[in-house]
Amino acid sequence: MRKVYVAGIGATKIREHWEVSLRELLVKAAQKAIEDSNIEKKKIQAAFIGNMSSGVLQGQEHLGSLFATWMGIPGIAASKVEAACASGGAAFHSAYLAVASGMYDCVIALGVEKMSDALTGDVTAALIMADDQDYVAFTGASFVGLNALVYRAYMKKYGAKQEDIALFAVHDHKYAVNNELAQFRREFSLEDVLKSPLIADPIRLLECAPTGDGAAAVVLCSEEYLKEANNEVKIEVAASTLATDILSLHDRDDLTTLQATVRAAEKAYKMAKISPSDVDVLEVHDAFTILGVIHLEDLGFAKKGEGWKLVKEGEIELGGKIPTNLMGGLKARGHPVGATGIYQIYDAVTQLKGEAGKNQVDDAEVALAQNVGGVGGTVSINIFRRVR
Amino acid sequence: MVKANSIPRVWRERTIKYRLIGGKCKKCGKSFYPFRRICPRCGSEEIEEVHLPREGKLLYYTVIRAPPSDFEEYAPYVVGIVELKDGTRVLAQITDVVEDQLEEGVDVEAVFRKYREQGKEGIIEYGIKFRPKT
Repeated sequence: MRKVYVAGIGATKIREHWEVSLRELLVKAAQKAIEDSNIEKKKIQAAFIGNMSSGVLQGQEHLGSLFATWMGIPGIAASKVEAACASGGAAFHSAYLAVASGMYDCVIALGVEKMSDALTGDVTAALIMADDQDYVAFTGASFVGLNALVYRAYMKKYGAKQEDIALFAVHDHKYAVNNELAQFRREFSLEDVLKSPLIADPIRLLECAPTGDGAAAVVLCSEEYLKEANNEVKIEVAASTLATDILSLHDRDDLTTLQATVRAAEKAYKMAKISPSDVDVLEVHDAFTILGVIHLEDLGFAKKGEGWKLVKEGEIELGGKIPTNLMGGLKARGHPVGATGIYQIYDAVTQLKGEAGKNQVDDAEVALAQNVGGVGGTVSINIFRRVR
Repeated sequence: MVKANSIPRVWRERTIKYRLIGGKCKKCGKSFYPFRRICPRCGSEEIEEVHLPREGKLLYYTVIRAPPSDFEEYAPYVVGIVELKDGTRVLAQITDVVEDQLEEGVDVEAVFRKYREQGKEGIIEYGIKFRPKT
């Protein structure tokens, strides 16, 4: 395995892009990433496109050829990668392997989701396809509902309170204000969150990541190609891992931990030769407030049952022990599901490049991005390091 | 929106769904629902088909207030994880309850109920729900 570098990143704003199609979102993100990389478009040999629901929500499959065509680079190796909400992370993992293996020298990993064309109930039906259609979706459970069961199990096991867990949403919105790409650039108080409508008890509307449209892209390359890019800041992929767990919650012994996170993290820390205390910037998949709290624990930043304390004590803030979701996280930056994993990487790399503006972590060197599919059926972890 | 619940799809799962048929792994001893030929935990292929107990207790529940499109007419409704008497866990709707008067840990029993209708021309889907024991 050889070293792999991030040559460029690009992303569209996340919002309801009524005037922009799925393919146009893909092309826009790719153009930005290629421009950022200084590598010629024709040098790209392969594309891996993370997407969850283009078939169900857009009636569009075959994203590989679609992208190559609209990008004007037909002939490249290209295909869609799907792992529910972890599609972006899984696409990045494939792109990483493609370069690390020596098969390709320059590839692009993309994530895209176009959700706003569909009715809310249809989006809800599409998202529950992340779980077993015959025995979970069949019950009428929504994806929010499954996470509500996790929420209940966590509060029961650890005696944690919703008012503490819900702080994660307040945190994300505070930082999204300074992120131009974020879907919701406004602050909410804890009271706003706790008074918002119930979606699936105990989860309230403002504890849920929104739906939206967006695409993000990362150009990856070998050391040789990086010379051509001549980037001021050299960023290495220090680790890229992917792990699964038993698909459905009722088949697992403990609902309060995502084993796939624990597995992927253990491998990733080993691969990057670091421990959690070496991480300067963290991106976690907080599709719901409770998940943000659980991820802090499963990734090794807090003891089980105490993740919410990190949030409450300000340790995930800028200047805290582990600055987390400083560009707004899923909650406020937005969560176009299949694109989210790449947006997280975009945000992590932005920090390492020192381009995060008011939300910049001083001298950030190591960033970790965790992307979750389903209720932890898949977890992708990618670690990035600024090379001096 | 693609329909995920075709008639043959409902038909081929009918025995497992109607009779609550699970599997018990002869190697690790764990049982699970629905029945499958390979243990999801240990990978063993020595699985015994079992009729699961029809009583248990409600571990956790939620009230679905923003449902998937094909359940819109039934909302709000309760979905929960039930731990059956042999320890097997099942995800199902909890029925015959008032949402805000339900408590975790309550004893429940299986009942055969309607889950949804496939519009005017499709079939009616049935399955097991659980209700508090009286």
